[in-house]
Amino acid sequence: MINIYEVVETNNMIEKENLDVRTITLGISLLDCIDSDLSALEKKIYDKICSAAGDLVKTGEYISREFGIPIVNKRISVTPIALVGGAACKTTQDFARIARTLDRAACEVGVNFIGGYSALVSKGMTPADELLIRSIPQALSTTERVCSSVNLGSTRTGINMDAVRLMGEIIRQTAECTKEQDSLGCAKLVVFCNAPDDNPFMAGAFHGVTEADKIINVGVSGPGVVKTALEKVRGESFEVLCETIKKTAFKVTRVGQLVAQEASRLLNVPFGIVDLSLAPTPAIGDSVADILCEIGLEYAGAPGTTAALALLNDQVKKGGVMASSYVGGLSGAFIPVSEDQGMIDAVTVGALTLEKLEAMTCVCSVGLDMIAVPGDTKATTISGIIADEMAIGMVNQKTTAVRLIPVIGKGVGESVEFGGLLGHAPIMPVNGFSCDNFVNRTGRIPAPIHSFKN
Amino acid sequence: MKKTIITVVGKDTVGIIARVCTYLAENHINILDISQTIVQGYFNMMMVVDTADSSKRHGDMADELEKLGEGIGVIIKCQKEEIFDQMHRI
Repeated sequence: MINIYEVVETNNMIEKENLDVRTITLGISLLDCIDSDLSALEKKIYDKICSAAGDLVKTGEYISREFGIPIVNKRISVTPIALVGGAACKTTQDFARIARTLDRAACEVGVNFIGGYSALVSKGMTPADELLIRSIPQALSTTERVCSSVNLGSTRTGINMDAVRLMGEIIRQTAECTKEQDSLGCAKLVVFCNAPDDNPFMAGAFHGVTEADKIINVGVSGPGVVKTALEKVRGESFEVLCETIKKTAFKVTRVGQLVAQEASRLLNVPFGIVDLSLAPTPAIGDSVADILCEIGLEYAGAPGTTAALALLNDQVKKGGVMASSYVGGLSGAFIPVSEDQGMIDAVTVGALTLEKLEAMTCVCSVGLDMIAVPGDTKATTISGIIADEMAIGMVNQKTTAVRLIPVIGKGVGESVEFGGLLGHAPIMPVNGFSCDNFVNRTGRIPAPIHSFKN
Repeated sequence: MKKTIITVVGKDTVGIIARVCTYLAENHINILDISQTIVQGYFNMMMVVDTADSSKRHGDMADELEKLGEGIGVIIKCQKEEIFDQMHRI
């Protein structure tokens, strides 16, 4: 039988070390809503989301009460809207109407974000894909809860540089359209290479076309738990360090697995995956950067950071895979800047630069995330940064992403406050040398040689 | 059998166990195991109970125990056993 020390350990994790289930995300396929009449399409989308997710929030709260574990977010991901809206939408305004329908549905069922205002264009863009992408600034500035993502490349297809160039402009336009709120729209927009179909985390969640009609995906968290466990093994060998991370990741993921199974049973929706990511929040003690410091760095960004992060990411996966029958999504360590107090501190003291963050994305689970850059950063520079990140993902056969926020009207030395889970961030300097002639070439970068595995 | 773990954390005082047990008896909840310890100066008690014969819903029981705890100055939590089992047993 469970003993008191185990019970106290679990409850300390929850109460003192910020252990929580970060999100239960209900994936909903909208493929059966497709209609050539826009109003009919909007009605079908609204009705399907409201009927599928009507009990989601209530169920999340019930599970939270049963097990005494906070479930921070209840969210929805849907089929990429470029696919769903292609037949009905002839203009960017038409697509933006669907975004507002998604927003209304999210509001009705009480979820805080709905993801899937997306296009998958890793090799080429259909007219619908391009219209959706061009509608993103309008969509994100007229909605509150809609998140958008665009997959720009993959190991199998290479990188669609026409789309990369376009996204540089779209990110700038989105920043302009939401400049009254410190360009907040860009915090809800992410571009990917090798985007997973089952990611439960925003802003990049969408319900892939390979998925079932409905699916439950759960994202766990717990950087604070790993940090506290590591405090007890200061000065020990790498073997002890790795073993401690693995054991802790196992425990954290088991909670996610339990919650996912229970949500699946109560909602009568199949269980998809557990995403065993270490996802930080701006709360003190809920930081991935603090884990890196505990491993032995003065600040995140110091020499050794990439190695420490590689080790952390790998051990989290090793501990997590045994704890769940199905692991998926992004799974690893997230390194968003504005959402992690340790990262913010590292940037503020000058320990962490954009270039070091880029190196870190080679070994972590996502990419350049929630980074505020000067408002006058050129669209081509943003595209250049995106292209670099896509190349890392393509060559290393991993997911990479970029979520940059050019904060209109602000520059290096200033900071920006997004509020809530999105946090706050000092504006980071960007390399100002031009990449115009590179970005302005048309076409795509071919897939790397090691992608030919047939 | 439907096992639930009740934990009580706070300053030690007379009658904590008595009050919790009275509540459980009134609601037909059977106690399977009790243990207690002092962690970092705080009184920690854990009860393993079986709620199979109780008509109380888990959420209501958790709310009422929480309120009872507030009355005697301790924190009472009520969680299904699975969360601990999943985390600490392979």
